[in-house]
Amino acid sequence: MNSESFWSIFINASLVNNFVLAYFLGICPFLGVSGKMETASKMGGAVTFVMLISSICAYGIHVFLVAINAPFLQLISYIVVIASTVQLVEMFIKKMSPSLFRALGIFLPLITTNCAILGLALFQTNKGYSFLQSIVYALGAGAGFTLALILIAGFREQLEFAEVPKVTKGTVLTLMIAGILSLAFMGFSGLAT
Amino acid sequence: MEPSKMEQEQAILTSRDNFKMLRAMVGISALCGFLIVLTYEGTLPRVERLRAEALEKAIFRVIPGTSTTEAFAFDGSTFTKAGDNATDIVYVGYDDLGNLKGVAIEASGQGYADIIKILYGYNPEKQHIIGFYVLETKETPGLGDKIEKDKDFLANFSALDVSLSDDLEKIVNKVVTVKQGTKQNPWEIDGITGATISSRAIGNIIGESTLTWIPRIKKNLEKMKRNE
Amino acid sequence: MSEVTSHSTEAKVAPSSTDEFIKGLWRENPVFVQVLGMCPVLAVSNTAENALAMGLATAFVLLMSNILVSSLQNFIPKQVRIASYILIIATFVTITDYTIQAISVELHKSLGAFISLIVVNCLILSRAEAFASKNTVGKSIMDALGMGGGFVFALFCLGAVREVMGNGTFFGLSLFPEGFQSWIVMILPAGGFFTLAAWLLIFNLLQQKKSKQ
Repeated sequence: MNSESFWSIFINASLVNNFVLAYFLGICPFLGVSGKMETASKMGGAVTFVMLISSICAYGIHVFLVAINAPFLQLISYIVVIASTVQLVEMFIKKMSPSLFRALGIFLPLITTNCAILGLALFQTNKGYSFLQSIVYALGAGAGFTLALILIAGFREQLEFAEVPKVTKGTVLTLMIAGILSLAFMGFSGLAT
Repeated sequence: MEPSKMEQEQAILTSRDNFKMLRAMVGISALCGFLIVLTYEGTLPRVERLRAEALEKAIFRVIPGTSTTEAFAFDGSTFTKAGDNATDIVYVGYDDLGNLKGVAIEASGQGYADIIKILYGYNPEKQHIIGFYVLETKETPGLGDKIEKDKDFLANFSALDVSLSDDLEKIVNKVVTVKQGTKQNPWEIDGITGATISSRAIGNIIGESTLTWIPRIKKNLEKMKRNE
Repeated sequence: MSEVTSHSTEAKVAPSSTDEFIKGLWRENPVFVQVLGMCPVLAVSNTAENALAMGLATAFVLLMSNILVSSLQNFIPKQVRIASYILIIATFVTITDYTIQAISVELHKSLGAFISLIVVNCLILSRAEAFASKNTVGKSIMDALGMGGGFVFALFCLGAVREVMGNGTFFGLSLFPEGFQSWIVMILPAGGFFTLAAWLLIFNLLQQKKSKQ
């Protein structure tokens, strides 16, 4: 039984141990979608939503697997649930807002292979969070992911007009900024209770 | 006539497609399930043996002078020898002559980065903690991981006072981490300046754990002794 | 004249098995060129040993999944192919997880949840979709070995640099005298980003030089 407070879980997941900048989860969309602020925030929103649903399902699956004593099926069941959730979200967005669907393009199905979502499910199981704690954890992780994405997008948009050496354009520059951001975020460690 | 024939052919094709899809998914799921269960059952004995060995090594470290160990489970009121699926376990260490040297207790709690799992050794005669070992940690390398390596920090745990009140119900002074260099009492842990959160976490983990376990162990000590 | 034509006919011959193997090591290196499979690359590369173990584990899953996907390519209809690939990959990752536990408790603790995260490594899924599902088992094996080798190589570069600079050790052996103050930032997450950026930079420079020649 994990006795962490909700506030501590949220701060921990979003700032102190940011999923992208501290755990290196979600790098693929991070490098791919972070070019424009608008797509970044929409991607962040979609990921947070998928995280929330996956977190709830992962909790249920874990309880079930423990009951039938089949812990080895954990990975497969998590990934199947995540893949299905993303499919559903994709169909939902397609119906609700076709423009958003077109904007996100290929990145929506890529959320399935987004380590951040599977990582979330695995971490919350390892930490033994209760149902409510898991939800707070998912919200915190999604918020942190969105924050990191938006920050990098902001930087990259600004850097479009700067003169950088040609070899560094693109991925190299993004990684360097990410490194500095990661160091900056370590300053949040004082918030840890 | 012809359109309906084409429609018929198309209908057969789709149902054949559906059958193929179903066959593929079921077949692959069955194959995958089989492989996983095979590996799980195959590696289980060795994994359990490795874990037991690692645990025993840790117990030897936190209770010096131990040569054999025994696991006891707490069932709510007293201790009995632990069965296979027991929870709430402590480990008793005996020397060559069968004398009870100490009790090793597992405890865990939130550190800076993730959960820290520790094992500490308790000497019921002296009412001290006599050993400390970090089982699992993901603290920041170079900073938080000093709790494992810093000699001065580790020296805190050779005689950490966890005395009980006369009625054996409560710890008189709860274990707590204090700022580095300000340790004045035997129940305090001198912290590490560069790793405040991690060292404070250790203090909290031991403090909470001892509150629960020390009274239980001291009261039921006779059940755990071997040759008396 | 005849030499020119013989050159152009050579270019149209299908790539040999060795070529499939070599391309993964350098020309189409999964980390430095394709920039795939990033998450584990950065997270587990804080020591050379972890990086090597992670690389080999991923290479193993890649090999087994390529073999299975290639042998079953006619059995899996198009509509369910991604789902099947994911099932297959997840199975081998689970197998690898338990195997590592059986080999060394220490290693399993250091790699932790990232072993399970191999299943979302874009590299493995992309090889299954782009290559193994369309080629023979033999060629798929070579492709897996090449890509896997390139991946291990890249991870090792990262892990070695980070461990030497950030901890002063190499595979646990101390390289510098006692007083050496290592560059702690290298083993922190930020160091991972910086080191990868540096290697990518070097790689880009080399590519640039080559294309200028």
